[in-house]
Amino acid sequence: MSILIPNSLARRSFLSKSGLILSGTGVALLSGHDALAKSKSDSANDVDILNVALGLEHEGINAYTLGAKSGLLQKPVLDIAVRFQTDHKEHRDALAATIRKLGGKPVEEKSLAEYAKALKADTLKSQADVLELAVRLELGATNAYLGVIPSLKDVQLAKVAARLAADETLHWTILNNALGKPLPAGGMPFGA
Amino acid sequence: MRRIWRGSATAALALLAAVPFGTSAGDSQRGKQLYESRCIACHSIDENRVGPAHKGVFGRRAGQAEGYDYSPAVKASRLVWNQKNLNRWLANPGKVIPGTKMGYSVSEAKDRADLIEYLKTESRG
Ligand code: HEC
Repeated sequence: MSILIPNSLARRSFLSKSGLILSGTGVALLSGHDALAKSKSDSANDVDILNVALGLEHEGINAYTLGAKSGLLQKPVLDIAVRFQTDHKEHRDALAATIRKLGGKPVEEKSLAEYAKALKADTLKSQADVLELAVRLELGATNAYLGVIPSLKDVQLAKVAARLAADETLHWTILNNALGKPLPAGGMPFGA
Repeated sequence: MRRIWRGSATAALALLAAVPFGTSAGDSQRGKQLYESRCIACHSIDENRVGPAHKGVFGRRAGQAEGYDYSPAVKASRLVWNQKNLNRWLANPGKVIPGTKMGYSVSEAKDRADLIEYLKTESRG
């Protein structure tokens, strides 16, 4: 697991080419959920919102790949990045499985080059730069997951979004600390 | 009892005072900070990400960021992103354009006004 990142590109493209990736590996976050009991348009819109979330996870995974590939991360930060990337892969698989379970089609990952451009990876010059990017994305993801909760029609899905938000908050806290930044000033700093 | 009541009434008034009503201009600096914590997961000003790039969005018709794959609902919308429509959108996107895949909303009017001011500033550039 700890040598995952340097090899992840080759490995991932092998896996996706051979069609193995995601094929039944994800555990749907909704056990026993009966999509048919929902009105079709409600669950269709929930699926769209989950797909946006899945897009965030794809981007997060690729951001960590870019960070690791940059050669700027040293141990133990590199290990933390690998661990967080693994969490995001779990989120990805779980979201994709949930989307399928609700009858939707999970959005595909884009190329690493596209993520590099969108995230301006060429501006990363130090470990701190990489951490700053990661901390920004994790904060954004925390707020995004909290912010979509009121739009989800299914309360079980709302719980899923809350669980994912909690994971992102955990990541944010560690990264923020690694950068030597203080805790937020007051209570309830997220999701306003 | 009485003192508690007075205390909470004062607190409520202070809360009200902190939220400007009507169309008072937002604060673009604060809007930028809000953008960087709330919108940045999905958007950036000049790159399409999970959500569309925002450069030039103020005053433009919905669904026009080049190369972004909008939902059919937003693509078909004839809405123009002026102050009023952006304010309604940020309060509840699904109500303004049913079927949109943006499920994120901003509940505070002051936050929305500041965010819109920031988008306006960025649209000028
Ligand atoms: C969870 C991800 C997410 C978050 C967070 C988010 N958005 Fe969006 N936004 C989207 C998506 C996806 C679309 C495209 C909607 C569609 O095609 O249905 C969009 C579309 C928009 C549009 C319409 C753009 C156009 O070209 O017509 C505006 C304006 C907008 N967002 C503003 C914001 C602002 C301001 C924030 C922060 C307060 C924000 N969004 C937060 C995902 C998000």
